[in-house]
Amino acid sequence: MMRARSTEFFLGGALTMQKLVVVGNGMAGVACVEQILKHAPRFEITIFGEETHVNYNRILLSSVLAGEKAADEIQLNGLEWYQKHGIDLRLGVRITDVDAEHKTVTGDDGSITPFDKLLIATGSTPLIPPMDGVRKEGVFVFRNLDDTRALLDHAAPGKKAVVIGGGLLGLEAARGLQVQGCDVTVVHLMDTLMERQLDFTGGGYLKAKMECLGVKVLMERNTTAILGNGKAEGMAFKDGSSVEADFVVIAAGIRPNVELGRKAGLQVHRGVVVNDYMETSNPDIFAVGECVEHNGTCYGLVAPLFEQGKVLAATITGNRGPVYGGTIQAAKLKIMGVDVFSAGDFSEKAPGTDAVRYEDPALGIYKKLTVRDGKLAGVILVGDTSDSHRYVDWLRSQTDLTAMRRQLLFPGPGNDAGLDVAEMADSKVVCGCNGVTKGAIIQAVHEKGINTLAQLKDCTRASTGCGSCTEVCQHLLKAVAPEFQEETKKSLCKCIPFPEDKLREILRSQRLRSVQEVLEIYGNGVGCEVCKPALSYMVDMLWCGDHDEDRSARFINDRVHANIQKDGTFSVVPRIRGGVTSAKELRRIADVAEKYNVPMVKITGSQRIDLLGVKKADLPGIWADLGMPSGQAYTKGVRMVKTCVGTDFCRFGVQDSTSAGIEMERRFENLYMPHKLKMGAVGCPRNCAEATVKDIGLVGQEGSWQVVVGGAAGKKVRKADLLVTVETTEEALQAATLFFQYYRENANFLERTYDFVERLGIEKVRRETVYAPLAVQQGLRERYRRSKRLSEDAWLEGDTPRHPTQFVQIEPLEKVQA
Amino acid sequence: MSANKQWIRITEMRNIPLREGRSVNVAGREIAIFNLGDRFLAVDGRCPHKGGPLAEGIVTGTIVVCPLHAWKVELESGVVKNSASPVPCIEAFRTRVEAGVVLIEVPVEPATMQENPGASCQPDRPIQWVKSRIVCEERP
Repeated sequence: MMRARSTEFFLGGALTMQKLVVVGNGMAGVACVEQILKHAPRFEITIFGEETHVNYNRILLSSVLAGEKAADEIQLNGLEWYQKHGIDLRLGVRITDVDAEHKTVTGDDGSITPFDKLLIATGSTPLIPPMDGVRKEGVFVFRNLDDTRALLDHAAPGKKAVVIGGGLLGLEAARGLQVQGCDVTVVHLMDTLMERQLDFTGGGYLKAKMECLGVKVLMERNTTAILGNGKAEGMAFKDGSSVEADFVVIAAGIRPNVELGRKAGLQVHRGVVVNDYMETSNPDIFAVGECVEHNGTCYGLVAPLFEQGKVLAATITGNRGPVYGGTIQAAKLKIMGVDVFSAGDFSEKAPGTDAVRYEDPALGIYKKLTVRDGKLAGVILVGDTSDSHRYVDWLRSQTDLTAMRRQLLFPGPGNDAGLDVAEMADSKVVCGCNGVTKGAIIQAVHEKGINTLAQLKDCTRASTGCGSCTEVCQHLLKAVAPEFQEETKKSLCKCIPFPEDKLREILRSQRLRSVQEVLEIYGNGVGCEVCKPALSYMVDMLWCGDHDEDRSARFINDRVHANIQKDGTFSVVPRIRGGVTSAKELRRIADVAEKYNVPMVKITGSQRIDLLGVKKADLPGIWADLGMPSGQAYTKGVRMVKTCVGTDFCRFGVQDSTSAGIEMERRFENLYMPHKLKMGAVGCPRNCAEATVKDIGLVGQEGSWQVVVGGAAGKKVRKADLLVTVETTEEALQAATLFFQYYRENANFLERTYDFVERLGIEKVRRETVYAPLAVQQGLRERYRRSKRLSEDAWLEGDTPRHPTQFVQIEPLEKVQA
Repeated sequence: MSANKQWIRITEMRNIPLREGRSVNVAGREIAIFNLGDRFLAVDGRCPHKGGPLAEGIVTGTIVVCPLHAWKVELESGVVKNSASPVPCIEAFRTRVEAGVVLIEVPVEPATMQENPGASCQPDRPIQWVKSRIVCEERP
């Protein structure tokens, strides 16, 4: 295309090129320009944007608010794209006037720009319902990136936020604010949430789910005023009731921006009126997106913008032919864990309409299809949207469903997504937002060697809009791409559908300190043996000692601080730091073994002593008699530091590895970790205590220490990576501490250091620990110190049990009478 | 049937913490009792897989997960959720609470040898064997 363009320049086309002025640098305007560029380089293009940002994906603003995406991640066209296509981009300029007769536009910077063709893509503005006090401080709208940033600045844990509007945008804003820690209430005028997309029952399911997430919902409230002296402090409703608020977000709908259309003398109803060719009443002025009205309908969703853009591009470039026939409205709520999808006309009133329903209140699933004359007319899915693609397809193609009536809600066996993908025609649109067909995706995979979803997004734009086609894209990639790699970010488990890094962030920002609370707000309220211990670790790591320790969420080993054996007895491993013990200590261990009839006493592979086959009821007695702290041999925690004899006795030792190892064990002991953590310290590179296959190792050399991390000699054997080389023992311990805390905070539960270091790469680990800015290092150290200060030897619970029957065998109060 | 069963007062409610289990021996049976918050449920104390102590498992809804190999047992019915299980279900016992005390309904006749393939019947045999060898080789 670039080549074609320069040819035209060469032929002297530049002077004769028509000037196209685009007002609006949003998704609709830019997507339309992208389509125009596909036709031929007929225009010299100028784009005016009122915002100061390059084009970004407005639909994902709620993801930015929820902290799921950074502001720069939602950018669609970077500056280089505008440069590459020779587009004159004027940001921060609002077009205030159009002179249709002389063909110029006037900007608020005083500029007057002539055009041959004008494209109005001014979008819409938030609708502010009539009420008093909307000008008060602390009243926000949620429309653009600046609004989002303002909200993020304002949101803080514990603040009371009230969102006016229980539609798509309002609910997404509410959830975003709630994830930021706010106490959120949604106020809705109607008796159903998302009433444009859901029926009464579906709205009820959605309301229950929102409330389950911790968002309060007030229905049928007509806001009359925002209360407060100069700033928002609450809201008053028509029925006389009121709520408190620290700030208010108005998300009550949108209004097409039609002022320019009016000034240009175009026919305007609710929006700028366009025909099927996307022409307005003036042949040189066009309009696209949310500001237009087609066939009596104004659209506020993304898919129509792209469809309109394609038609408009053909018309404006002199290829008038394709027509826009309206879009089937489809909407998906983008709240993690709340699946809501709606498309078409779900009303049952029209004659000849059958409603096909399925619902299960316990699972929170509600599905309804409306079938009219044997064809699908509309669909509502709450709680399970996995079939949405199939239904959209039926809607678009108007497939005759008569033969499939029994399988409408439950596709027959074998009709899984993989097969669906194979049966799909190449011309079928996969990504409705960007108009990407199955054929285009397959072509991209073959020609560009695409293997990941991220690459596919970059290359084709598929799945960068609303994201509802992500699953289909993934199935396609799996089927077609030779070396398909699935995205590595996986949810913790089915009970709580968030990846672990997200969960850590949620727990931190929401200050959640108990496992049950997390499960109730963000999960299914029940949990399982996978997520409960993981969440237990997270709350402990984040709030160590200051959390709500729920033993029922812990594995049995962490309830009684001993390792369960195959027969239900336990093993006891006291801490013997650095593997250095004494005659007195050994004698005590021997006495204990005899007194409690311990079936086996064994030297472990970690320079420690294991007492095996101990009954639960004997644990407190044994711990007391041993008088030694817990060796944490039963838990995902700090195990031990294996050491060699270093300089004290060894002829070769060049560093005092024994003291260094004991000190390292002392500093880290008693803390819980994502997985077990084994360490080693050796006094010379002969490596007798095998420090280079430990999670953290100190390797002594003449005049320095090497700190190595991510080693393993278990299920996997891996030589540790060098983190840093330092001169003194204290520096080595400091470096180890940085890695120690970094691993605690960033590893997934049950991820050993060898997987963690390999996943991140040692360069990144170095960059974020020993080579991190001083403030970052101090942060890691401070959080380590805090956890350490609040931690304690678990075996102290032998004297003061958490629960009266923690170690006690319950005896029945009475016997069976024979 | 009920003629051969008896309600036995087991222990005060507070002795079984929320969402945890405790084991108790009644008339030669090991029974695991669980506190589900709104009620107590009781099943045979040993997992049919390898005899793991079910009372020590993590409770998820109305299911307990055996601490040894994560087999799952439905507490209301005793149904074992693993298809590889040698038995479709283990015994579940009726429970009730009276004046703050948990009661279980147990059969009067003592349990016949419970067919547990796991180590529970002779828990320490392999260990005993090792121990005896160690003693033999000990020097005077």
